[in-house]
Amino acid sequence: MARSQLLSLLASLVLLLGWCPLPAWADFALPPLPYASEALEPVIDATTMSIHHDRHHGAYVANLNAQIAANPGLTELSLEALQGQIADFPVAVRNNGGGHWNHSQFWTVMGPVGQGGKPSTQLLKAINASFGSLESLQTEFNKTAAGHFGSGWAWLIRKPDGTLAITSTANQDNPLMNLEGIERGTPLLGLDVWEHAYYLKYQNRRPDYIAAWWDLVNWNEVNRRFAAV
Amino acid sequence: MAHTLPALPYDLDALEPHISRQTLEFHHGKHHNAYVTNLNNLVTGSELENKSLEDTITAVAGDAGKAGVFNNAAQVWNHSFYWQCMKPGGGGQPTGALADKINADFGSYEAFVEQFKAAGATQFGSGWAWLVLENGTLKVTKTGNADLPLAHGQKALLTMDVWEHAYYLDYQNRRPDYITTYLEKLVNWDFVAANLAAA
Ligand SMILES: [Fe+2]
Ligand SMILES: [Fe+2]
Repeated sequence: MARSQLLSLLASLVLLLGWCPLPAWADFALPPLPYASEALEPVIDATTMSIHHDRHHGAYVANLNAQIAANPGLTELSLEALQGQIADFPVAVRNNGGGHWNHSQFWTVMGPVGQGGKPSTQLLKAINASFGSLESLQTEFNKTAAGHFGSGWAWLIRKPDGTLAITSTANQDNPLMNLEGIERGTPLLGLDVWEHAYYLKYQNRRPDYIAAWWDLVNWNEVNRRFAAV
Repeated sequence: MAHTLPALPYDLDALEPHISRQTLEFHHGKHHNAYVTNLNNLVTGSELENKSLEDTITAVAGDAGKAGVFNNAAQVWNHSFYWQCMKPGGGGQPTGALADKINADFGSYEAFVEQFKAAGATQFGSGWAWLVLENGTLKVTKTGNADLPLAHGQKALLTMDVWEHAYYLDYQNRRPDYITTYLEKLVNWDFVAANLAAA
């Protein structure tokens, strides 16, 4: 075959591959951060944000996609629906599917300082009914988040009976998961207390990270999640 | 008798550049120290107050109501053991009876390394990778959070902390690089050999 023919054959192949639909393993995608990586300074530094999003969250997405071949049922479920059926899947799906949902949630419930709005009238009513006040909610949330041993998440959830509660989950579990020992409910606000979320800036001072983090909370998104239940 | 924080068996900068002074300052001076403080606060005035660290751990292991005591006591033990598992200029292959035992039980040093790396890399979340002796045979294991071989009837010979605080300032998300460095540059095989000889 002449060199020019070979080149043209290669070009056609590239074109053909480019036209192919995305393969199944690309089903779950890493969502971009909804703001610049430095947007949460000084509470969370840009380096932490970019490593956390690009490397940690990115790895959960890649590792979840790597599970599709062995678990083809994954392609028929949304990421959110998967959480409620997680007990039917191997632990690698639980860890990485949870990691993907939890972090996707985390980015949206934060925003630049001063831009998060405040709890809606309806949410505040529910907060007062369950905790007495927003301050009491924060005190209980801080205690749960600081006291969670090892890696995990602290959550504000709406329970099936309509009341609000604070809970925590280990590693990448979350309150949507149909697992033994999990207090289930609809997550309204979830805080990452894995050390990777704060170690570059706060090191062992997890309580300082938690206290500062409230300035980032995007109440507009929490209100939306509450109204959507 | 209150539990105390043991001094590091080397200077804070002795493991540079593999583990930084800053990491050891926080890891030993803050994390390990906090486990000691928390443990003393939890056992003072209780029937556990005068027990040794190991007796405390075995007394509360598996008791959900005593999880706080177990977590802090086990983390005190784990970290005291971890510091001794490293030394400046360490790493590489063991020699003597330990090397023979590793070859006999794993097939080769390389096979041990492969298992130990996998245990450290796949311990999801916080925890530890171990070389233990169980019923006379060497075995690689991993444990979550504070859990340790003593609670499983095994004798610990070597451990590696894979809580993120152990490596995040130096390696960030690259846990596999920390694990490789630990094996190639840091492991104190003399300590491991002494543990095996005493078992
Ligand atoms: Fe995270
Ligand atoms: Fe540690």
